[in-house]
Amino acid sequence: MSKLTLKTEGDTHIIVTRHFAAPPEAVYRAHTDPTIVQKWLLGPEGWTMPVCRMETKPGGSFRYEWANAKGQGFYITGEYLELHPHSRIVHVERMFLPDPTPDNHVETRFDADGSGTLMTMRMTLPDTKTRAMMLASGMEHGMEASYVRLEGMIPVAQIA
Amino acid sequence: MQLHQNLDAAFSALADPTRRAILTRLARGEATVTELAQPFEMTQPAISQHLKVLEDAGLVAVRVDGVRRPRRLVKPGIEAIDKWLDLLRKGLEKSYDRLDLLLAEMNIPPKGGKNP
Repeated sequence: MSKLTLKTEGDTHIIVTRHFAAPPEAVYRAHTDPTIVQKWLLGPEGWTMPVCRMETKPGGSFRYEWANAKGQGFYITGEYLELHPHSRIVHVERMFLPDPTPDNHVETRFDADGSGTLMTMRMTLPDTKTRAMMLASGMEHGMEASYVRLEGMIPVAQIA
Repeated sequence: MQLHQNLDAAFSALADPTRRAILTRLARGEATVTELAQPFEMTQPAISQHLKVLEDAGLVAVRVDGVRRPRRLVKPGIEAIDKWLDLLRKGLEKSYDRLDLLLAEMNIPPKGGKNP
């Protein structure tokens, strides 16, 4: 059983939840300290994040760049709208593939959950079409690797 | 990237409430255009238009049965969407698994370092 849930809500939202066995202070910091973010926000195996710049204040911007050994890469830029230590981050972001995708508005909450944290990420896309595109083209980080795996898996009856 | 195009088409097809309702109806068994049009306040040509989108996306197929043309769900098309969402979950999960290890290893103090 996976700890992560990913589902759509209404016509324009995507909701991701995940539990962490660490307090909200720690999980919040792991999302706002570039030296930590750089170590984990990598998506599938084989990708690194050579650039991770974050100006963690309202109105501040951030930039993540990913690369793999095959010389492929892409980046995300965004701006912070709200930062409430250690409970909530609101930002907008877009991916450059290399053309920019429409802005994704993301609210990330960190709620105490027992001795750990329940993280809830609520993404809002401008319209259903964009959400469809985002889900279909791989919303996170170098899904190229996953495409290859998916193509390999199609004949297989069950992967879950 | 045949598969990619199919997924684009499939998710776009799913982005419409009428088409989702048609899929829900077809999940109970095959149905003709007339039968599908009944619960909706829509003309048959309008329903046919939606069915065309679903057929192009590989989610619905037509069967020829004498003069009847019942529609049914295409299982591999529906399953491809399922698998894709599952992969997205797995891609995200991979990042968060790394974060779990970091959180455990580093025992990050609550007051934090250079960031507020």
